[in-house]
Amino acid sequence: MASFGNFTHAIVRGIPASLVQEALRSSLCQVDLVKAQHQLQLHIGTLKDELGLQVVELPADESLPDCVFVEDCAVVCGDTALITRPGAPSRRKETKAMKSALQELNFKIVEMKDDTATLDGGDVLFTGREFFVGLSKRTNHRGIEILAGAFKDYPVSTLPVFEGLHLKSFCSMAGPDLIAFGSSEPAQKTLKILQQTGDHHYKTLILPDDAAANCVFMNLSGKGQVLLHCTPEEYPNSAKVFERLTDHLLFPVPNSEMSKVDGGLSCCSVLISKTGS
Amino acid sequence: MTTEVVSEAEVKKEPEKADEQPAAPQQDAEQESEQPAAIQDGDTPRTASPQTDRKSKEARGLSRFLPPWLKRQKSQSRTEPSEDHEDKAPMEEQLEAPPPEEVSPQEAERDESHSIGSADTQPAKEEKGEEFPERIGDGKEEEDLLESKAGEKEDEPLKAEAEAEKSSLKPAKKMKTVTCQVTLLDGSLLPCEVEKRAKGIVLFVKVCEHLNLLEKDYFGLCYKDHADQKCWLDPAKEIKRQIRNCPWQFAFSVKFYPPDPSQLTEDITRYLLCLQLRQDIASGRLPCSFVTHSLLGSYTLQAEMGDHDPDACCLDYISEFQFAPSQSKEMEEKVVELYKTHRGMSPAQADAQFLENAKKLSMYGVDLHHAKDSEGVDIMLGVCANGLLIYKDRLRINRFAWPKILKISYKRSNFYIKIRPGEAEQFESSVGFKLPNHRAAKRLWKVCVEHHTFFRLVTPEQPPKARFLTLGSKFRYSGRTQAQTRQASTLIDRPAPHFERCSSKRLSRSLDGVPGLGMDDQAGATSLGRTPGEKNGRDPALELSSDSKSKLRVQGENIYVRHSNLMLEDLDKTQEDVLKHQASISELKRNFMESTPEPQPSQWDKRLTASPATSLRLRAQAAFEEEVPSSSLLSSTVACTTSVPAAEGAIAVGSPPAAAHVAETAEDKQKSDTLEQAEVEIEETVVIKEVRKAPKVEVTVPEVVVTAVTEKEPEKKPGGEAEGRGGEGVTQRGSTSSDSHSESEDEAEYHPQAPSVSVDQIKELPEEEEELEVEAQPLEAEPTAASPCPTTEEQEPALKDEAQNGHPESQSPQGSVEEDEEDEGEPKLNGDASRAETEGFPQVICCSEPPVVKTEMVTISDTFAAQKTEISTLEVPIVHTETKTITYEAAQVDGAGDSEPGMLMTAQTITSESLCTTTTTHITKMLKGGVSETRIEKRIVISGDSDIDHDQALARAIKEAKEQHPDMSVTRVVVHKETEVMEEGKD
Repeated sequence: MASFGNFTHAIVRGIPASLVQEALRSSLCQVDLVKAQHQLQLHIGTLKDELGLQVVELPADESLPDCVFVEDCAVVCGDTALITRPGAPSRRKETKAMKSALQELNFKIVEMKDDTATLDGGDVLFTGREFFVGLSKRTNHRGIEILAGAFKDYPVSTLPVFEGLHLKSFCSMAGPDLIAFGSSEPAQKTLKILQQTGDHHYKTLILPDDAAANCVFMNLSGKGQVLLHCTPEEYPNSAKVFERLTDHLLFPVPNSEMSKVDGGLSCCSVLISKTGS
Repeated sequence: MTTEVVSEAEVKKEPEKADEQPAAPQQDAEQESEQPAAIQDGDTPRTASPQTDRKSKEARGLSRFLPPWLKRQKSQSRTEPSEDHEDKAPMEEQLEAPPPEEVSPQEAERDESHSIGSADTQPAKEEKGEEFPERIGDGKEEEDLLESKAGEKEDEPLKAEAEAEKSSLKPAKKMKTVTCQVTLLDGSLLPCEVEKRAKGIVLFVKVCEHLNLLEKDYFGLCYKDHADQKCWLDPAKEIKRQIRNCPWQFAFSVKFYPPDPSQLTEDITRYLLCLQLRQDIASGRLPCSFVTHSLLGSYTLQAEMGDHDPDACCLDYISEFQFAPSQSKEMEEKVVELYKTHRGMSPAQADAQFLENAKKLSMYGVDLHHAKDSEGVDIMLGVCANGLLIYKDRLRINRFAWPKILKISYKRSNFYIKIRPGEAEQFESSVGFKLPNHRAAKRLWKVCVEHHTFFRLVTPEQPPKARFLTLGSKFRYSGRTQAQTRQASTLIDRPAPHFERCSSKRLSRSLDGVPGLGMDDQAGATSLGRTPGEKNGRDPALELSSDSKSKLRVQGENIYVRHSNLMLEDLDKTQEDVLKHQASISELKRNFMESTPEPQPSQWDKRLTASPATSLRLRAQAAFEEEVPSSSLLSSTVACTTSVPAAEGAIAVGSPPAAAHVAETAEDKQKSDTLEQAEVEIEETVVIKEVRKAPKVEVTVPEVVVTAVTEKEPEKKPGGEAEGRGGEGVTQRGSTSSDSHSESEDEAEYHPQAPSVSVDQIKELPEEEEELEVEAQPLEAEPTAASPCPTTEEQEPALKDEAQNGHPESQSPQGSVEEDEEDEGEPKLNGDASRAETEGFPQVICCSEPPVVKTEMVTISDTFAAQKTEISTLEVPIVHTETKTITYEAAQVDGAGDSEPGMLMTAQTITSESLCTTTTTHITKMLKGGVSETRIEKRIVISGDSDIDHDQALARAIKEAKEQHPDMSVTRVVVHKETEVMEEGKD
């Protein structure tokens, strides 16, 4: 727990041109590919240059329009990496590159072989003490069960996702024992359940915009608590809330293009801690 | 005030009561004797009872229990208009009551004495209930006896030990002795001689002495019952009565897993805990990851083998240890790798490290029980230090922290918890689960009661004296709480005892990794072979698995209720939705009752089921219980304890949710009834909820709720009981007397918040405010039951101090109270001055209960407005309100009908208003077993100044109700009266 957020590596993936037309999305927005790629580069630059993480960049695959959202392909905790079986059939092949990248990093790989199971990493909220996994359109009970089997040391609780693509479409960790949550009614409903079900009492950071509640927290040696969050341009009200956090080193990262295809900040990387074993 | 008047009216019924007495079996004065008595009660008396004149069998059954109530009822019934009596009396004997005076003084006394401990009125009732059987025999004298008994009981833990000591000192007695085989945590067998009639504690103390263990409160002895289920030996009861025909084999194991083992005082205690955990891990009961298995294994090696010896090839012996249910070479290598890094660590340090890592595991100390949810889905209920966890497969789907739980009860094979309403929720919700059988339900209930008491309370609750209800188990945890044991541990003043760490090598490798015996297969088998009761002389592991199977089999028979997340659904309900809500609940319940889920073996089964793996195996022979545990008597009102106050609180406050409470009350009463009735009532509960307060225009708001229920069902005694429940009932009846007592054991309640009854009440208060003020919000903070609830006077000051500290997690009850208070300060503005500091003296009188329950309720505030914590407690105008709630309930002759699941056909609510009354009529039609039943509930709110004759108004209301529905019978009258007590200067 003390080492929660102490990441050393990040796995990211490029944006294929096919994302513009073919990536799954819940709204009909036109994505500006160049701008998207630029934003991703800013994101990666922050991880690499500002934060000193070792970034593994997987090449984009035109046949996998959603492949930039690597978070959904793997859940990494301790020495174990669970390779997921994404809920969207078109995304199942994305896990291949992720698996080999994690293998190279010497993780114990657990694969979700059961073909009734689905799980997107975007539904997995790890607090450092326990897992909360959203039962969403993309993640089912069986998938969560396999996750629980992979990470037996931790309690795994299921949470209903009333609205939105993933659990982390409206929440994420924003600090040690601090969970950022959107203020929409469905998000708050889920939060209530989380608070009841969880072992621990977490502080919450409530943000006016659900999407802004997807941020990326790290606790880096040498840097302290770091938070990548939305920019004031995209979510002025929520950005103000983040700006009030005094313990964190704040990095506003633009994400307007990815968000058009339901991608949050956390979706674009798998963060890994290789310090210990 | 009003009360007295009424009581007189009832006096006339006394004679009846007298009749009943003869019927009652004689009871021993001794506590223990209660058990036998209970048995008798269960069957014989009923049949024999003179009252047989009641037409239906049910009536008979009921009559058995009624007499006691009658007594109570009188006092309760004070408010009832005489007209009512007429009607009711014929229906049921309820009205017959002992002279009220007799009862009330006593009660008053009791209340006082108990007030410190539980701050609620209930204790008095409990006593009565408990004693009840005896009373029947004697009359007044008994009461005195009872009191003295009550005194004894308080000391019970101590007493028990003392007794134990004594008995161990006088082995010379003529008593026959028995040799018990106790399997210790290291797998060895310890033969122990005890007197045949010895209590559990005698054996336990002997084992602890053998182990040189002082911090023994975390441990216990378990045995397997004839159904091969692990049960904890109750130290306070005779061993023989508990194990019945099963062999005298026990396993010493950890009962309460300390959340922070580093706080244990002695290394030997930690060592024993380690042994238990090694078993848990090897058996798979405590799942861990590869890394954790390896790490724990490495500490085990360090503790048992000392520093790693580079010269010895440890891989040779290492595979003889069991680090995991199944371990690979890879794991063994990892273990050794880690083992090497522990060089220099003492065994005690290694144990400590082991525990530090093990305690974090998600299933550490979780006692799992199979159950089904409302949809018949297999789930597991896990009881742990923090509360109750609900798992589906291996995923946690809900969690109810102890502070969230208001009441724990079981009825038959159903297990219920009542949940404190959440922030946005107005109503308490109940969650029910179906256990494989009633024994399992009771076991779970006991475990919950024990865990709650051990971990949350400062001192154990006294075993319920007869409370509200007369049925159910009186069981309470009688040992020391964690707080007490920690305290005691600080006094341990001895050099660290020397003990040998036996190698766990041999322990490990039983076939399925069953931890139980702590021997290798052969040893295990051998030891088993020796045991007389063993089924097949097989490895315990195997037995365990069979265990699980048997469980599964049983599961088929039952139902279940509603689901955890359900409660979240009512978040936004308005009051108007309540009815619908309730209707749906009742439907749910009904469905649940009807459904017969099929067994679905879960993957976890093996682990879970086997949970507490005991090395003991018992005979398969079905021994039925010969004796009712002493607690099982009718009087085992335990559960009800808090409920009364809670109900009162609700009603008194006049909160909308009050309805729910009322229902509860009803339930309680039901319990006092025969089972059949009880069942029936459950349904009622659902229906009845509607009682709530209307807007309080005046300070004085008597509220009358008349529930008229016509049961047109054909008499379907056993015959009609095709349903699961009914079936059970029949079985019980048909079976031997032993069964009958089992009936009484069928249900029990426990209010985790018992110590803080007032808190409950308080919490409810806010609800009312919500109604009035709209803005009041539920507290986030969950009051902890840990501290005894402050008495009224104390509350104020105490609360304030803590208010600030009261953070949601570990709030003490006071904390919550405080908050309430503070909240009050704010919201009170609504002109609800009375709320500000209401001293309520709500009284709930139920037919089944002693006449007057006086609860001192500090109705300080709305507990729920958590946010308002900052508001300091201002001096608020204090309005003293006296609140009385009187419930009259007719015993239902055809109560069985209620128990039956029915289909809700229609439900409608009609409201009409006149000058000073508001009448709300709620009509529900249900289809039960082909017969439709109509229930009409009228809520009449009479508001006015003192110049209105409320009693008269009430009488009129009831009369009208009867006139309007001549073909219906009045089954229940709840009178809630709230009177402003004149303050000085105010008139």
